[in-house]
Amino acid sequence: MRIVAGRPSRFNGVLAAGSATNNGERMTITLQARGLTKVYHTGDVTVHALRGVDLDLFQGELVVLLGPSGSGKSTLLNILGGLDSATAGIARFLHHDLTAADDASLTDYRRDHVGFVFQFYNLIPSLTARENVALVTEIAARPMDPADALALVGLAERVDHFPAQLSGGEQQRVAIARAIAKQPEILLCDEPTGALDSQTGVLVLEALDQVNRELGTTTALITHNTVIGQMADRVIHIADGRIASVEKNSTRCAPEDLAW
Amino acid sequence: MRAIDRKVLRDLWLLRGQALAIGLVIASGVAALLMSLSTLNALRETADAYYERYRLADVFASLKRAPTLVESRIAAIPNVKTVQTRIVQFATLDVTGFAEPVIGQLVSIPEGRQPLLNQFVLRSGRLVEKNRPDEVILNEPFALAHNLVPGDQLKAVLNGHQRTLKVVGTALAPEFIYSIGPGALIPDDQRFGVLWMGREALEAAFDLKEAFNNVVLKLNRGADPETVIQRLDQVLTRYGGIGAIARKDQLSAWFVANELKQLATQSKMLPTIFLLVAAFLTHMVLGRLIATERSQIGLMKAFGYGNLEVASHYAKLVAGVALIGIVLGLALGSWLGRVLTELYGEQFRFPTLLYAPSVSASVLAVGVSLLAAFAGAAGAVRGAALLPPAQAMLPPAPLSFRRTRFAASALGRWLDQPSRIVLRNIGRFPSRAALTTIGVAASVGLLVLALQWRDSLDYLAQSYFFDAQRQHVMLGFAEPHATTVVREVAHMPGVLAVEPTRFVSADLSVGPVTHRGALVGTPSQAILQPIYDDIRRAVVPTPPAGLVLGTWLAKKLQVGIGETVWVQILEGRRPLVELPVVDLIQTYIGTPAYIHINALNRLLKERPSVQYVSLLVDQNDAAELYRELKGLPAVSAVMVRRAAVDSFQDTIARNLMVFISMFAPLACGLGFGVAYNSTRIALSERGRELATLRVLGFSRGEISYILLGEVGLLILLALPLGCVLGYLLSVLMAASFSTELFRVPLTIAPSTYGVAVVIALAATILSAAVVRQRLDRLNLVEVLKTRE
Repeated sequence: MRIVAGRPSRFNGVLAAGSATNNGERMTITLQARGLTKVYHTGDVTVHALRGVDLDLFQGELVVLLGPSGSGKSTLLNILGGLDSATAGIARFLHHDLTAADDASLTDYRRDHVGFVFQFYNLIPSLTARENVALVTEIAARPMDPADALALVGLAERVDHFPAQLSGGEQQRVAIARAIAKQPEILLCDEPTGALDSQTGVLVLEALDQVNRELGTTTALITHNTVIGQMADRVIHIADGRIASVEKNSTRCAPEDLAW
Repeated sequence: MRAIDRKVLRDLWLLRGQALAIGLVIASGVAALLMSLSTLNALRETADAYYERYRLADVFASLKRAPTLVESRIAAIPNVKTVQTRIVQFATLDVTGFAEPVIGQLVSIPEGRQPLLNQFVLRSGRLVEKNRPDEVILNEPFALAHNLVPGDQLKAVLNGHQRTLKVVGTALAPEFIYSIGPGALIPDDQRFGVLWMGREALEAAFDLKEAFNNVVLKLNRGADPETVIQRLDQVLTRYGGIGAIARKDQLSAWFVANELKQLATQSKMLPTIFLLVAAFLTHMVLGRLIATERSQIGLMKAFGYGNLEVASHYAKLVAGVALIGIVLGLALGSWLGRVLTELYGEQFRFPTLLYAPSVSASVLAVGVSLLAAFAGAAGAVRGAALLPPAQAMLPPAPLSFRRTRFAASALGRWLDQPSRIVLRNIGRFPSRAALTTIGVAASVGLLVLALQWRDSLDYLAQSYFFDAQRQHVMLGFAEPHATTVVREVAHMPGVLAVEPTRFVSADLSVGPVTHRGALVGTPSQAILQPIYDDIRRAVVPTPPAGLVLGTWLAKKLQVGIGETVWVQILEGRRPLVELPVVDLIQTYIGTPAYIHINALNRLLKERPSVQYVSLLVDQNDAAELYRELKGLPAVSAVMVRRAAVDSFQDTIARNLMVFISMFAPLACGLGFGVAYNSTRIALSERGRELATLRVLGFSRGEISYILLGEVGLLILLALPLGCVLGYLLSVLMAASFSTELFRVPLTIAPSTYGVAVVIALAATILSAAVVRQRLDRLNLVEVLKTRE
């Protein structure tokens, strides 16, 4: 365990723990899943949400997880984000085993290494944009300035507005700023444009794309909108709790060129 | 059952924790009201029935001696229905195994039957028989205090003659619900007892053949006792009458009436406060609860339910919650009422109790509770029902917040975001925050009020028994004695100091107001029984002339220092004089009027005499002193201060505490209900926000801080507010509590505030712990999906 910013953290991995060769270039694996299985028991019904998923997310890449409702993509993201536990298999962040971590360790993991963006923004209504970001930077190990994070998503002028005074797209961009302000290794986005019209959605995707490029944050984005797949390095299709296929884009499309 | 009605039951089950907590609040209000009013009704009815059944007289009169012929003249007074003449005398008793002398009040009864008036309930044994002059019936409390049963014997000095009396029965009587010795203020069953003896036996013992010295009258229904008393006084004056009194002034009846008056005051104030707080909490809590049902209401409307059906659905839910409280409250209230009535019944020694839970109180309590519940829910239901269904199903738009000047201030900038969330939420919902604060403050205030009584009574006892009295023993004589008796007493064993006091019955009048009381004659340098003023906390020297009045009496007569009072002495030559008021003093017990003993003797135009002698006693010789006193025929009362203090604690203090202590647990329930509901509703309103924070990496402790911090902060505000409220309530209570018998000094020990605060904090911590458990089970995955 290392001490970071005066606070002991159970999750301060040394980068370059796992690696793989990709086009002859050695790439660091940020998140890894092996045989990940999740079974829910609700009453008498047993639901196999994940049926043995093997997955590597490389440092700095932007991955889009595509799949229909109930395919298990959210469950996968939740386990990788430290929000849910797996029934079997292993999920690793760098060299840390997430599947074996206790609640306190997972809290630290989320606090220092993972940024979340939700479909419904989940901003705190009683805090301004800047304060919503500061909420996270105050407890993170190596945060950026909240104003810088908001500038990065194009909201430099709106820092002192409350959520009720912002449009949906603006609220989602505040949520992105809040997610990246801790300078996380991973950014997990669950249907970030799901509640937005396409024009506003593009603005949000631009912010995500920019963060991925400028900060090199590994980004996983869940959507059922196939168009969004064009802006990714890789598109992973999930169906019935399994990875159905993985396609690699030779070039990433700019979000402004997307339309749906 | 319709599906929608099934939903009511399921929802109630789902909300059971909160429903129970709200129910607890409603129950405490309902129970407080029902308990108080039922007890009051029961005691009033029991007392009235007791008086009626055993024919308690309407008018009482004492005199020196009148021949039995006078009876017909009394019977001729208009409106007199029944006349019962009696012999009432005092005697010194010697009870085996009890060191101190005991005073007995002997009351004559016809041999072999009950008297016409002031009958008694024979509790054991039999009536006294003809030609058995030594048979007595004891009043039950006295018999119990000394473990005397029929067949036992006790020694008595009757008119200077040593006699052995045989106990043939024990009895209770409405005339002696409180049996108080002459000159004593408080019942003391060990040192004072009532003995019923045959009329012929007492005539013989006290040389009152064919005569009587006491008469009681029953009047025609609706007759005014005052006019009868005037006529009776005219008849009795020449036989040494000292002024007849109506039943309301009869010692025991007056005592009981005072107690019931106090109970009535308490019954009005405390439950009103409880019910108000409960109503207001129910209003707040149910309103917030319904507001969280917004999307469900939208859904119901989307299915095609009309506004009325939606409203009635939630009205049923609210009624369900209220009913839990009402049923709980009615059960608790009628049970506590019975317990309280029985406790009082034991104190009053009623032979039977007429207890029934008060129907009118139940109806009132149920009405107020339901009204509060529906009123609380109505606004929220209406608001939700008026929304178009599609909008209602959507999550509500983020609440708008404003930055305040505080946020920009130095302190504001220094705050971390969680603290900012706490403060903004309070600022955003000031009325809600105020309600929580006031609710908790009210329960703290009620606790202070309940606990403060002990302090006040301790202070009263200290002031009355220790600051204002320094004697160990006070002797009372049946008749005024020449001052030489003081010197005689001074030579008795163990007596270190003596001081005379003279009591004379008198009417004090100013304008139309007349107070029937007594003048207390006190020597100049009184040390043992001085004139003590509790405002100055000092002994006031006895002025050579003029009156020193207690402030209560001065207020009743509406006189101040320098003004005059007409005093009609009711003994001896019955002089009427006008006396100036020279000083006022604050006392908590009685309504004294002091005068210099020499001035009093001059007024009476009698040789200097005394009626009471206060003694300072060397405790080593106390036993010997008591032995000698048992043989003194003239002594009619021996009041030991230590015993009086004990008796005060046993009777007056206990009566008050019984009632008050019933409220302490109810106040605790109220406090817990407020704290739990506030936190629990905040959790359902903000569960999503808190879960988001957990996802963002906040620990359980940190999100608990946000939720519980808000309630905690409000409670910190509520605690001092509650103490202030408690003080104000105590002021109000003390003011509404004053009677001629005694006033309650307003005293609140710091520890009382402390205890109330600790209890409130404990209730808060308990409710926080319960809510914290729920926080730990927040579902983090859910927040990522949809809203609500």
